Amino acid sequence: MGPIYIMWLRQLKRYSRSRARMIGSLGQPLIFLLAFGFGFGHIYEKAGNGDYLQFLAPGVISMAVLFTAVFSGIELIWDRQFGFLKETLVAPVSRLNIMIGRTLGGATVAMLQGTIVLIISLLFGFRPDFQSILISLLFMFLIALLFTALGTALASQLNDMQSFPLIMNFLVMPLFFFSGAIFPLKGVTPILTIVASCNPLAYGVDGLRASFGGDSFYGMGMDFLVLGLFSAFFVALGSYLFSKIEI
Amino acid sequence: MKNSIIEVKKLTKKFGDFTAVNNISFSVTKGEIFGFLGPNGAGKTTSIKMLTTLLHPTSGTILLDGHDTVTAKNSVRESFGIVFQDQSLDDELTAAENMEFHGVLYKVPSALRKQRTEELLKIVELWDRRNDLVKQFSGGMKRRLEIARGLLHHPKILFLDEPTVGLDPQTRNHIWNYILNLNKKEKVTVFFTTHYMEEADRVASKVTIVDHGKIIAQGTPAELKKKSKTKTLEDAFIKLTGKSLRDEDASDIESLRNQKKMWRR
Repeated sequence: MGPIYIMWLRQLKRYSRSRARMIGSLGQPLIFLLAFGFGFGHIYEKAGNGDYLQFLAPGVISMAVLFTAVFSGIELIWDRQFGFLKETLVAPVSRLNIMIGRTLGGATVAMLQGTIVLIISLLFGFRPDFQSILISLLFMFLIALLFTALGTALASQLNDMQSFPLIMNFLVMPLFFFSGAIFPLKGVTPILTIVASCNPLAYGVDGLRASFGGDSFYGMGMDFLVLGLFSAFFVALGSYLFSKIEI
Repeated sequence: MKNSIIEVKKLTKKFGDFTAVNNISFSVTKGEIFGFLGPNGAGKTTSIKMLTTLLHPTSGTILLDGHDTVTAKNSVRESFGIVFQDQSLDDELTAAENMEFHGVLYKVPSALRKQRTEELLKIVELWDRRNDLVKQFSGGMKRRLEIARGLLHHPKILFLDEPTVGLDPQTRNHIWNYILNLNKKEKVTVFFTTHYMEEADRVASKVTIVDHGKIIAQGTPAELKKKSKTKTLEDAFIKLTGKSLRDEDASDIESLRNQKKMWRR
């Protein structure tokens, strides 16, 4: 347990020390809550869909978790560039344990970031049902775990940060925009429904929304099942690729 | 050999068609300060990576303290500490936290970890700065911290890959004094590489010179100087390895490695 714990603790310490990063990564969710929440709110309401903020907030919380998680995973590239990775790779500890500690640390950080956004959206008027808060946290955790592992898997194949914009624009952004985080999947063109159904984040957003008392598109059980399977797959993939890293 | 702590037999490493290390054999005696010298691209770092389990040999065997680096990785990893050529500390953590991290990874019990951290940080004169973030440290301080960290788990061998590169003469001198002191006090075997021949001359009890992946000379610094009829180890080194510049060899290896990485993608 020691090595897993110390890897986890390291991620948390790094996070708590970089205030700039913590505050900086709140910018985007804030913009979405403000611009979309208040900008589209009245149109959404006129269309008879109810309060847009109640719909949007779980999506924006998922976004905060997604971005922080991918970034935590990608941080592995920094560890490689600044040499710290070598320190962990020559230690008498299995790479699986190192990867697990790292991923749990990154996922915890992403959940914290999601919780902060939840609190902010409460200030803006989001009124969720807190009865099943544990299920909400579980969904946030699964999203965090999945995308930290995905980030780590990607980072293990890259040597520098040059591909980072590529990952942001062609992977993370599409994952977010085609997840049903900002618009309801019900009634959209079939192509979008198909795209979303291949997107693990769609199940995360849907499950989180349902746990907060919103309408579910896939059904919470289905959300949990698909998201859980995706998480397990990416954790396994990340661990495998991490174990293959040569310096 | 009974007293040898590192035993390398017919070690070879190939990257594609390029042979970085070509069938080398040598052994290091317990307690020795062993200098592993050679021009850029000679195969030093590749060898250290294989000795420290970071790379798989293409063929040949390495025994560290009797453990095979391929089949008994964890025992091998417990037996050595290493200071890499470039920095390997976490800048966002304090000196004490970096030590703590290392101690936990190497399963050093908590009480011993604290005692040992204090002891070693005092030796490298960083105890007063233990709660400062490493990013505030100078290059020399980081090196000292890395040396202390590498010794935290009582390793039998300490690998130093160019430990003094880029440091001023005062700091270099200090660092070698710490290392010599620790070598005596802790009976730790030291395996180092350097490009500063006067350093190797001064501290090494034995040196091995490699070039183009092969061993071209072995012995004490005095023996090598005598054999090549030169006054300094630097002259002996140049006489043995030639005067031509090695940038191209180095970049050859680099480009090969890069190619390999590209293929892997």
